[in-house]
Amino acid sequence: MQQTPLSRPRKALHLRVNGHDREVYVRDADTLLDVLREAVGLTGTKRGCDLGTCGCCAVQIDGRPVLSCLTLAAEAQDAEITTVEGLAGPERFTPLQQAWAEAGASQCGFCTAGFLMTADALLREHPAPSREQIKAAVSGNLCRCTGFIKIVDAIARSAAAQHALRSPCATAAPAPTQCA
Amino acid sequence: MRDGSASPDPVRMSQELTPDTTIGQRLPLVDSWEKVSGRGVYIEDMRFPNMLHARMVRASVAHGLVRRVDLGTARRVPGFVAALVPGERGTDIHFGVLPISEDETALSAPRVLYQGDIVAAVACEDELAARDAALAVRVEYEERAPVLRPKDALQETSDPLHARSVGGTNIHKTVDQAFGDVERAFAEAHAQAGGEFRFHGVNHAFTEPIGCIAVPEPDGRMTLYSATQVPHYVHLALAKVLEMPLHRIRVVKPLVGGGFGGKSDPFPHEMVAALLARKTGRPVKVIFDREEVFLNNHGRHPTAYRLQVAADREGRLTGLDAHALIDGGAWASFGVVTTYYNGVLSQGPYRLPAFRYGGRRVYTNKPPSGAMRGHGAVNARFALETSLDELAEQLGTDPFDLRAQNALPPNTVTLNHLRITSNGFLECLERVRSASEWDRKFRRLPYGRGIGLGCGFYISGSALPIHRTRTPQSTVHVKIDVDGGVTIHSMAADIGQGSDTMLAQCVAEAIGVRMLRCRVLAKDTDTAPLDLGSYSSRVTFMAGNAALRAGEVIRRKLTHACARLTGRRAEDFVPGGDETYVHRDEPSIRVRYDDALAEALADNGALIAKGVYRAPKLGGGHKGSGAGLSPTYSYQAFVAELEVDAETGFVKVEKVWAAHDVGKALNVTAVEGQIEGSIHMGLGQALSEEMRYGGGQLLNGSLLDYKIPTPLEMPEVEVHIVESNDPEGPLGAKECGEGALAPILPAVANAIYDAVGVRLREVPMTPERVLAALEDRSRRERRAGVAAGKSA
Repeated sequence: MQQTPLSRPRKALHLRVNGHDREVYVRDADTLLDVLREAVGLTGTKRGCDLGTCGCCAVQIDGRPVLSCLTLAAEAQDAEITTVEGLAGPERFTPLQQAWAEAGASQCGFCTAGFLMTADALLREHPAPSREQIKAAVSGNLCRCTGFIKIVDAIARSAAAQHALRSPCATAAPAPTQCA
Repeated sequence: MRDGSASPDPVRMSQELTPDTTIGQRLPLVDSWEKVSGRGVYIEDMRFPNMLHARMVRASVAHGLVRRVDLGTARRVPGFVAALVPGERGTDIHFGVLPISEDETALSAPRVLYQGDIVAAVACEDELAARDAALAVRVEYEERAPVLRPKDALQETSDPLHARSVGGTNIHKTVDQAFGDVERAFAEAHAQAGGEFRFHGVNHAFTEPIGCIAVPEPDGRMTLYSATQVPHYVHLALAKVLEMPLHRIRVVKPLVGGGFGGKSDPFPHEMVAALLARKTGRPVKVIFDREEVFLNNHGRHPTAYRLQVAADREGRLTGLDAHALIDGGAWASFGVVTTYYNGVLSQGPYRLPAFRYGGRRVYTNKPPSGAMRGHGAVNARFALETSLDELAEQLGTDPFDLRAQNALPPNTVTLNHLRITSNGFLECLERVRSASEWDRKFRRLPYGRGIGLGCGFYISGSALPIHRTRTPQSTVHVKIDVDGGVTIHSMAADIGQGSDTMLAQCVAEAIGVRMLRCRVLAKDTDTAPLDLGSYSSRVTFMAGNAALRAGEVIRRKLTHACARLTGRRAEDFVPGGDETYVHRDEPSIRVRYDDALAEALADNGALIAKGVYRAPKLGGGHKGSGAGLSPTYSYQAFVAELEVDAETGFVKVEKVWAAHDVGKALNVTAVEGQIEGSIHMGLGQALSEEMRYGGGQLLNGSLLDYKIPTPLEMPEVEVHIVESNDPEGPLGAKECGEGALAPILPAVANAIYDAVGVRLREVPMTPERVLAALEDRSRRERRAGVAAGKSA
């Protein structure tokens, strides 16, 4: 009898996702993308190609952007995993998410999570990136709707807003419901 | 306002906007928040209890007869539940997006028509099991010689691929049209230009793979959740294949991760999912992998195009002669429309006294071609606009001047009876000529650097519906109840272009309330009224008009309530800003929306309204006169500046100036986004995108091998929004999402010519092809030099 997916053994794996501990049962070959979407139940991370070519599945491991479709879940054991669901607090979006919506950086939105995770990591490392730095940082993420222009705008705008936030008289970004 | 023609049902124009209007502003899309939070639900994110996963078994040969389908060990894969094989009920019922060419079936049997065609399917408890089971299915074929070259498909054959092809050949559709005296135009021409052009196939390459879930309901109904642009056409096809009345079927559209025409047909996998759901009584999910998306294709047709354009001594265009050989691949899809559009949409934005077009769309054993952004107009436009560049050079005139001199005026009719109303083409030309500093740069930049112009003309919604019924093309319902929120029902399909936002804007504007009150429910055929869906750049124009009309009905109910509350006449109340209605002559008399609503609801209950749009009757009486008819047209003029590396042939586009007559920009951010995105997609076709085949096998069905431009290749884009305020458009608006694609290709080609002096007629203009053209020129120059040396 051939070994088939359902009969492959599963092992317990400890993951830390968006600040919460999760115990999941995975097969050796399961990717982080599959485990996040299926076992953990976070579907914000998207599968665009499953081959590492589109960037839709980008998440952060210990603050670094990685393609979750090319990462085995087992590799992420005990690391800090952040997905798009972990970016915003319960009441408010991050300046990056805010800028994303206002700049029109999402059209169909399918690539958005991957871009946000890549850009968020960039902004932590380079709080005031040039447009060229931004383009280089997101060059592994594909978008078919925007031509990337409003995506680069949003990241630049967010960097400027975060800079303003750090100044003494800054006000917080408004809650999302006030913006439409 | 420029126009004198009568609108069938006039709506308010942009100059009468409400005081705190959103029209013409920059707005986030209404669904931005679910998208940036990762909480938006796309098809792969949906699951149902007891759901099965299906996987298609795809043909391994390009052409053949299925002799036997053997499930073999598939049945023994743990988790295997069911299979769908040829011969089962429903698998051989024909469907297709156009009722005149329904040639698809859920399973391709007995004949498979391309490598990747769906032969059978399996449904299993999980996705990996479904993959294993599908691999275990054995199909025996009697192979037939595949038809791969379009010119071979023109020949008579004893074994045509489709029973209904033309006269014993593999020709799917023939179009021949002639207006005016073309022979004379060319006989008397002072100058003529053109040539033979070759366009390879391109794919939409949306980021979200195609997928659907069919759910058999306990009461015997069938629900299909699908990533589709055309829920209505999917609804019709399902009814046919399932042999069920329409009211027993429900189609629901979740968020759709991009479409661009690639999700605008009812597809075999949707039928397969529904048939498997009926067979098993369980929900069945299908999600394509990326290679399957490329195999499903329905992308832009590979095309051989031959074009000549003639002008007189004064530079007036006197004739256009065009012929297209269009590779349709395995199925018909929208191909009849494609065949017409390759000709009829070349009749603008220029005046042409004589025009001839011959189009042949053929079936071949390759993945089916279909509708893709700029449908039918992109390749033809490249041929025309690069030929005009050449013609301008022969005439010794500037390419801008040639186009301006020949521009169609507003409010006219073309030779093929297209009705032209609002027309901002001249302003488009003026804006980019000045912004790009054209006069300083053209033919004056150093070798290797160039600037080029490309223009465009596109429909703003197909006036002729696919199904000849008298039902309006768009209907919108609006409901307001005691909560004061405005519920908008429509079947217009938001696929990321922002149609939900547009509907909310139009309704809020018509009623005179904040957009925040509006919630758009545009996804479910059980609740929403009919809309034909997102294709042919029709949604803003048609659904927008319907939404405005529904909103106006609601506003009249509210102003009548104002009248009852104040003792004044209802007609005198207008939106006064800040959600009030104000008396136009006595501004001190104001009624708050909440108060007007309470009065309007009293004794009557919820306010309900409906608005509809149906295109006016247009066109001439000639054969095929319905193709290309639109209530209005968009116009474009784009300039590209670029560098060509003469050593490598690599083209780097540095800046694009894009002027587009959008009628009226309802949401500036969204309009810019459409134009910028169109330029991205057009640049891909211009420079790098090409579906490559080895025999019948697709060689580059991945986003690694099929190269769309990345952020690093994308040039700076300066969008110039031109507003001609269309007399029939919603608040003056017309299309902006498709017309903006075509002009960038010829703008790049013309700029390459300006940079290094070679004309490329094969697209994409890859480094290899640019280099080959440069080397070919060098060879010819050397030969000419040798010849000149000998004669000296």
